[in-house]
Amino acid sequence: MWVFLVRTLLQRFVLLIFISIVSFMVIHLAPGQPTEVDPMNPRMKAEDVARIRKSFHLDEPLHKQYFHWVGDMFSGELKSFKDGQPVLPRIWERFLNSLPLFVCTTLIVWTASFPVGIHAAVRRGSFYDRSTTVLAYALISIPGFFFSYLIMLWVVKTFEIPVLGMRTFGTEQEPLIFRGMDRIWHLVVPAVMSALTGVAILSRYVRSQMVDVIGQDYVRTARAKGLAEEKVIYDHALRNALLPFVTIFGFLLPGLIGGSVIFEQIFAWPGLGRLGYEAILNRDFPVILTLNFIAAVLTLIGILISDILYAFVDPRIRLE
Amino acid sequence: MTTTSAPQEPTRLPLVKAEAEALGPSESPLREAWRHFRRDRLAMAGLCVLAFLVLVAVFGKILTEWRVVFDPAQVRLPDKLRPPLAGASELIAKDQLPEFGLYLFGTDELGRSVFARMMQGSFVSLSIGIVAVAISLSIGILLGGLAGYYGERKLLGFISVDTLIMRFTDVVLCFPTFFLILTVVALLPPSIFNIMIVIGATSWMGTARFVRAEFLSLREQDFVVAAHALGLPERRIIFRHMVPNALAPVFVSSSIDVAHAILTESALSFLGFGVRPPFATWGNILADGRLYIFDAPWLFLIPGFAILVVVLAFNLVGEGLREALNPRLRRR
Repeated sequence: MWVFLVRTLLQRFVLLIFISIVSFMVIHLAPGQPTEVDPMNPRMKAEDVARIRKSFHLDEPLHKQYFHWVGDMFSGELKSFKDGQPVLPRIWERFLNSLPLFVCTTLIVWTASFPVGIHAAVRRGSFYDRSTTVLAYALISIPGFFFSYLIMLWVVKTFEIPVLGMRTFGTEQEPLIFRGMDRIWHLVVPAVMSALTGVAILSRYVRSQMVDVIGQDYVRTARAKGLAEEKVIYDHALRNALLPFVTIFGFLLPGLIGGSVIFEQIFAWPGLGRLGYEAILNRDFPVILTLNFIAAVLTLIGILISDILYAFVDPRIRLE
Repeated sequence: MTTTSAPQEPTRLPLVKAEAEALGPSESPLREAWRHFRRDRLAMAGLCVLAFLVLVAVFGKILTEWRVVFDPAQVRLPDKLRPPLAGASELIAKDQLPEFGLYLFGTDELGRSVFARMMQGSFVSLSIGIVAVAISLSIGILLGGLAGYYGERKLLGFISVDTLIMRFTDVVLCFPTFFLILTVVALLPPSIFNIMIVIGATSWMGTARFVRAEFLSLREQDFVVAAHALGLPERRIIFRHMVPNALAPVFVSSSIDVAHAILTESALSFLGFGVRPPFATWGNILADGRLYIFDAPWLFLIPGFAILVVVLAFNLVGEGLREALNPRLRRR
């Protein structure tokens, strides 16, 4: 177990170095300089550009820039190209904004898709099964922002609850309970909308997994010895169907950054995805690179967690 | 024997079917798959939609660019934001009148006919999806095949081909895909080809891992060993014997990948990094239409539902194919 941990950690560390190099190359070798964001500005003289380039080490060779970036990131002194503010505190602040949305979305996805999928698998071929199938495919196929706009219009018209941003303007002086309610109202629609695709995909997966397991011999044995149907489904079948979901669970973490760009943009939610989007628009390389790096770290941590969980859940697997 | 025992229509008697299965393979795998596919009503509906889409795309290309009947670039400012099926007003010059003097899907903020733009966009959207998937398939099959077949060869004495390729795949897998696409598209000069290339170049990892696994298991199978023993050249073994056997599942999932690419394109358009004018795609018609959602909802609804239907069709066909080609998933 410990040998496994040390070895994978070492491997992941090497992988991380390569990831940082590749992402650095992709961004720096692509055409377009960060100093070209505003080329029409008449007050930008050539010497100003040179001064800016110098202060951000942009005039040095690429490998030196790479070490500057890594060094600055780990010492916490990395500055944004755009306004010279430190990058890490800003990412942390946006992360705290993204977190509630991410947690709510994840909770909705994982609590909704299992009942739906299991029910469909148990009544395979029924009207319920077929209608959830069609509905799930429709949800997977609809462009996220199109659907969100339609739902937003409908929600605002019928329930008159706020949908944009994280809080209502001018409520800072209100009592805590009012502000809390306001935050929750703002959270509901974005969380549900970004969860829907996940529910559709995961419930399909739960269904196929359950269908597979229900056809197995040991389920027939459990039925044959006269166990209650509920016990057969939830104790014997579901337990074995759960195994692959441990892997999927590990892949959740990076969704914190990459999966949220569209929905944070739609709902004007000041989170990590939007920070990345703004950084891309501004060619703010330090922010883009750091976000990419954090996403890669999260992916690797997620894979590691799912590997370890797998060993706990499935006694047939040994970590060596 | 082969043709007579294959029932012309799907048999409804389980007994007869069981008997036929007990007799062993009496029809070619493709025919059998087609028989299963045809019974899947959703997948057949999807196939019909796709056939219709291909027709629309081809005619769209012909009628909007080669022999211009519906001109997607014709600006008619007096007739902006007209609802669907509205007639053209009298202020429009004779040679600028839309076909039949009627705006089938209404007009946008510049008075361009939405119908003509959708016709043009269908070809562009479809080709983005197909070309992107073709790129991702070629990269995936090439890398996966190399890693699977030549995996044990050493490069520079210490690193095997397999390690090199698969670790590279892992590196790319660790990037958040959509964020990566966004970054690269934003940094590259905007063009329709760049979008195809970027979507393709960031989605090959699954194919590569799959093809590698298939190749690893195929390499040990008797018919490949026999081909080796016969002294066939490697080229022939790989392309005539192994590739066709590894590819069926890959092509099945490519249908779903096309759906994904079309959705990605529309998401990019929404964020402002999509295909630039003068090309119309369904994605950018939809993304521009959201600005007029109150004044001209058809600008938003028509492309939105068009994308929904087409992507749904691709998904259903892909799922139907997967069930038809994989005996383990078939409904018993």
